Amino acid sequence: MTKIHSVLVGKAVRHVARLRGGSGSALPGLVVEKLDKSFVTKALAKLPHGTVIISGTNGKTTTTKMVVELLESQGLRVFTNKTGSNFSRGVAAALLSEMNARGKLKADIAVLEMDEAHAVHLAEKVKPRYTLLLNVMRDQLDRFGEIDHTAKLLHRVATATTNGVIVNRDDSRLLSEKFIGDLTADVSSFGVSNRLLQQFPSDDDMRSLSIKKRESLLNNNDTCLESIDGNSIKLTYDGKTKKVDLKVNGLYNMLNAVGAFALCREIMGEKINEAKMLDALSKVTPAFGRGEDIVVDGLPCQLILVKNPGGFRLGLQSFDPKGYAVMIAINDNYADGRDMSWLWDVEFDTLQPSGVSEISGSRGYDMALRLQYNDVSFLHVDTDLKRGLKNFLQSAEGKPKRIYCTYTAMMALRRELGKIADVKEVK
Amino acid sequence: MSDTKKTLTILHLYPRDMNIYGDYGNILVLKQRAKWHGYKPEIIEYNPGDNFPKNVDIVVGGGGQDSGQDKIQADLHKIGPTLQKLANSDTPMLVICGLYQLFGQFFQTQDKHIIKGIGILDIETIAKSERLIGNVTIRSKQFGDVIGYENHSGQTFLNEGAKPLGTVIRGTGNNSKDMTEGACTNNVIGSYLHGSLLPKNPKIADWLIEQAATKKYGSFKPGNIDDSLVPLAREHAMKRPR
Repeated sequence: MTKIHSVLVGKAVRHVARLRGGSGSALPGLVVEKLDKSFVTKALAKLPHGTVIISGTNGKTTTTKMVVELLESQGLRVFTNKTGSNFSRGVAAALLSEMNARGKLKADIAVLEMDEAHAVHLAEKVKPRYTLLLNVMRDQLDRFGEIDHTAKLLHRVATATTNGVIVNRDDSRLLSEKFIGDLTADVSSFGVSNRLLQQFPSDDDMRSLSIKKRESLLNNNDTCLESIDGNSIKLTYDGKTKKVDLKVNGLYNMLNAVGAFALCREIMGEKINEAKMLDALSKVTPAFGRGEDIVVDGLPCQLILVKNPGGFRLGLQSFDPKGYAVMIAINDNYADGRDMSWLWDVEFDTLQPSGVSEISGSRGYDMALRLQYNDVSFLHVDTDLKRGLKNFLQSAEGKPKRIYCTYTAMMALRRELGKIADVKEVK
Repeated sequence: MSDTKKTLTILHLYPRDMNIYGDYGNILVLKQRAKWHGYKPEIIEYNPGDNFPKNVDIVVGGGGQDSGQDKIQADLHKIGPTLQKLANSDTPMLVICGLYQLFGQFFQTQDKHIIKGIGILDIETIAKSERLIGNVTIRSKQFGDVIGYENHSGQTFLNEGAKPLGTVIRGTGNNSKDMTEGACTNNVIGSYLHGSLLPKNPKIADWLIEQAATKKYGSFKPGNIDDSLVPLAREHAMKRPR
């Protein structure tokens, strides 16, 4: 069957799936892939600036969104997999919706968020020009197995990359000689100054008392988050120091912004319009549920996605609990990970002074036990998310709110909040 | 109160290299419950090359990645005789997953390579290609129903010298054949259960503390601990899919 046919069929399936009330993401992608196995590869191969992959454990969605905005500031038309369906079927579905009926994609470059396993499949087929690797942390070990295995997957992605690999140099697995030593693409890095490193503990430092000083092995081509003052950061690269006032808050979102900037500098090379890119950097915002503010009764209600110990610890360190009412919602559906062990690798000391208002989610009582052993007080537990949210909004009335939540809990809470507040639809 | 001065020293084996599945929760629960029972807990972290402390009342160890297990291997054999002496004199110990396997006679890798254990538990482990993953409930005579989460590809078989911790009601346990989970010898408990194990199974935690306190001070009087969350956490956990 010819390609135009598969595009048309895919579009039709997408339309029907949407009419039936689905998001129209996976099914049409599946159909079109069945019809034309190399559909994704062929479509991406035609892009003048090729494909960019963004992978790692934490920060993919936010960083991908930022990279898209930075590249658009340079006048590029960017294709991306916005839905967070970060597997090839999701990419196929996103391609379908962006293509005209002749199968032509109106874009100069593709920027794709991919989890580690799917990144390998796509990279070995598509050969990305650039790859940005954010971190390797413990995440849902019940699904992916060991963290060293995850690093090996990312190494295969880096090996398949043709022009440039950008790594987080503060991640010991990514900057090891073993990881970057045999890559054919140019390697560059991003990270934080040694002064800031204390605030970004890695999983390897989790159970040892002193944090080792990590020095960059790469002297050139490094983009560094030098210092943070409120929402203003100092960025050093290429022998320059720039002050940028950011819209994003939270340490990890700031580091994601620096990673995105490092990648886009590489992609643009000498053609970079630095003023425009820095201006775009100052305007980027986190992706939905990753520090997103939803206004409820005139006050912010912040949603912070937590899905592994590293992310939860960084989240707790990134946002000052003072003045905020806090809810924690822990689900254990497949997408969240079924094993609750990870909660015991997060320290909740920062919540001790003000306590937690509401605990919810299918594993709400596991979370409550965790807090009991951390001497953190809490007002109430209800495993039902709707009731939990209702309790929280009542008990925290008149206060800014913050909800730490696992993935499926976040999606459910956004739906509930959408009934009483303006919540952006995730397409 | 003089009781508050009674120290219990908890040795955390290899926190740097064997800590991957949240087994730190076991340390935290022992530390807090020892305190709530009126003792003064002292945690000592033991990493490869450290001096092994003289007075140890409880030994706890967790699971690691293959690379972590490689790093501690030689050191574990160095301190093996000391640990064996402690086990012989009824020092309570809890070892999970990776260290459970290495406390046994041997571990046979997928390519049939034999890694010797320190032999405190009379068990043998053989690596298989299938990974056993999911929620587990076991029934133990001593501790009632024990719940946790397993994630291992090694299958463990008990020899004569070891008794199982319990019989599997849901999940797989030691291996896919005999429905046993964990192994016990003297006051040493080995198990595959993460979760962490002790928060939702405080009976095991209190038993470890009781053995340590009785051995050191001749008696144990439990404190008054608010465990009202435990049945709720257990009830909800048991309702969840495998």
